[in-house]
Amino acid sequence: MNNMCLAIPGKIIEIKDGTAQIDYGGVTKSASLRLFPNARPGEYALVHAGFVIQILDKDEGGELDALIDEVMGHNLQP
Amino acid sequence: MQDKITLAHGSGGQACRELVEEIFLPAFSNNMLNPLTDSAVCEAGEKIAFTTDSFVIKPLFFPGGDIGRLSICGTVNDLAVSGAVPKYISVGMILEAGFETDVLRRIIASMAETAKEAGVSIVTGDTKVVEGGSADGIFINTAGVGIFSKNRPPLTQKAMPGDKILISGNMASHGMAVMAAREKMEFSPPILSDAAPLAALADGVLQKGFEIHAMRDPTRGGVAATLCEWVYDGIDIAIYDECLPVRSDVSAACRMLGLEPLLIANEGIMLLSVPERFALQTLTALRSTKIGKDAAIIGEVKEVKEVKEGKKGGNVYAVTPWGTSRKIILPRGGLLPRIC
Amino acid sequence: MKHDIIELKNGIEKLAADLGPIQIMEVCGTHTFAVRRYGIGQLLPKNIRLVSGPGCPVCVTAQKDIAAALSIANEDDAIFTCFGDMLRVPCGDKSLYSLYESGKDVRMVTSPMDALAIAQRNPEKRVVYFGIGFETTAPLTAALIEAADNLKIDNLSVLSAHKTMPTAIRQLLKGGSKIDALLCPGHVAAITGADVFSFVADELGLPAAVSGFEPREIMTALFCIVSMLRNGEKNCVNAYPGAVTAGGNKNALSLLDKVFEPCDALWRGLGEIKGSGLKIRARYQKFDAARQFEIRREEIPEAKGCICARVLCGKNVPTDCANFGKTCTPEKPLGACMVSSEGACAAYYRYRGDE
Repeated sequence: MNNMCLAIPGKIIEIKDGTAQIDYGGVTKSASLRLFPNARPGEYALVHAGFVIQILDKDEGGELDALIDEVMGHNLQP
Repeated sequence: MQDKITLAHGSGGQACRELVEEIFLPAFSNNMLNPLTDSAVCEAGEKIAFTTDSFVIKPLFFPGGDIGRLSICGTVNDLAVSGAVPKYISVGMILEAGFETDVLRRIIASMAETAKEAGVSIVTGDTKVVEGGSADGIFINTAGVGIFSKNRPPLTQKAMPGDKILISGNMASHGMAVMAAREKMEFSPPILSDAAPLAALADGVLQKGFEIHAMRDPTRGGVAATLCEWVYDGIDIAIYDECLPVRSDVSAACRMLGLEPLLIANEGIMLLSVPERFALQTLTALRSTKIGKDAAIIGEVKEVKEVKEGKKGGNVYAVTPWGTSRKIILPRGGLLPRIC
Repeated sequence: MKHDIIELKNGIEKLAADLGPIQIMEVCGTHTFAVRRYGIGQLLPKNIRLVSGPGCPVCVTAQKDIAAALSIANEDDAIFTCFGDMLRVPCGDKSLYSLYESGKDVRMVTSPMDALAIAQRNPEKRVVYFGIGFETTAPLTAALIEAADNLKIDNLSVLSAHKTMPTAIRQLLKGGSKIDALLCPGHVAAITGADVFSFVADELGLPAAVSGFEPREIMTALFCIVSMLRNGEKNCVNAYPGAVTAGGNKNALSLLDKVFEPCDALWRGLGEIKGSGLKIRARYQKFDAARQFEIRREEIPEAKGCICARVLCGKNVPTDCANFGKTCTPEKPLGACMVSSEGACAAYYRYRGDE
């Protein structure tokens, strides 16, 4: 059982008194917002051992994708 | 009947008789049990299947079941997957003095209900009571007898090259339900155990006359344990990650704890090893039942002719969706203690 | 993340085609585990080798610290709590699990806050939480101590064996290591920020990428690394931008600083690394188990033939060890790397595929 860097994503459904209810797809469990007090319902959280440690930004991958595209295009000409 | 069990209830005297007549008999009543003879005398065919199992689970009650339900399912299912029709169950109980009688009644009621669901009779039993602290509330042992009909002999229980591996439902539900309850993980809704008798499901499949090589209910150690027990020198068993059915809440709980569903206990599913030509029909037969609606073909048995590291195969491995593979072996230490 | 695994696999193959042997180290137990679990090695060309560094916090916990934990758990009025992985780490012929079997109150928890709840429910006992883990987990322990302080709990303390990553990486990789690039731990970086790892490129001259833990995320990071190796670039790329920012989680970092301060730490297999540990600050000393208990920290010698120290540095692979799979197995681990399912040797043992 490895718990050390295990963090899984879930959607914040509700927030009350510094605790968020997180939906992991079929089941909900609470997590503390002590480490991310500005989280908002509807956002996707990265949760580690009962604490939200980050809010996930799905739009952030664009630049990286473009970089990879470029490398694949330039360097990998047959 | 007092509201707590005492040592007197286990010592064979009046209190013991009271326990049997007021709690066990009304719940289990049948004409093999009711005479309360030292042994039950029952009708049996030519060949019988005989098994036993003990139940020490903590907590006693969990979402989807309790120790009573488990104690019937566990033994019934071991009989059912041998190809026999489960018939007669014995119940041995060890109670801790101070155990609440009402809790005992609930457990007995659950056992009676499950026995009815499974089509079995509880025909004999025994109760002992030990000092407070010498047992954990209640321990139950059940033994069971199943009967083979002449035209349905025992299965060979040997997976053969070319077989498909089938599973009758979602994996890992029981182990995760118990773990979540025990560790008070407070999932919402609570994760439900899959504990269920498989007698009707097994019977339904075997009745169709398909050739089935092996059947087993993967309890402790999960699907991985059964596959590791089935594999032998000369074959490999390959299963495919994307074919393995797991409920989404169970999957989420496993991911949260870094647990592999293949290794987690089940109490209401079975694995089958079926020749390829019967695989789809067996799948259809399973899926046409309520308890088997999530059945799936999860892998296959491959013949291995090449010798490597002194063996010809003998491996179980799982294949990821992008073609890589990993060996499945069993951790020897108990992953999750006291789950059945 | 629009590129799929096979695209990335093919891309890496082409990029690495004329590069000679490459060793990429990962320093996170969860990466070690994921690489094995998903068979990442099978997706890479033969000249690329993934090497496990000292990223498994369970494996690098010094025997002295385990001995301290055992001596606390042995106390009759103590309830000792820890994550599941720590239970079976052997220390001599004992472990926390063997103490549990012999009747001591040792309990597995899945969150540090469970220890708080246990302390509140058992006021007559002294509850101790074993703080193991890197920067992903240490802020949670800090939150536990802060909460206990706010609630004026007086029967809870923490045995801290927390460690930090960057100092250890610097020590491992400076001068003469045969590592060509680093896969940086994505969840540590979610807390510390990606910038904390830029020294790998700037000071140590190695390309690096901050990586997530899904197979596609790992392959993306590896693609970035191999691309940099091919064109001689030395950067630390954030290949996990959805979860990792440059500056990290400021709340978590300031809470960490409020409760902990750096100290020297003993890493099993690696020896002492200065400034790589986390110690509870004096103002929270009533929550420091090291001060609240009489602790016996014994020196336990490593098993004969154990080469964990070399495996942890990436100098050897598990199969180079004479004990591997014979006298040292996951059921009976002799050395650090076999102890946790995230350890290099344990992960290799469990998931040996067709490599």
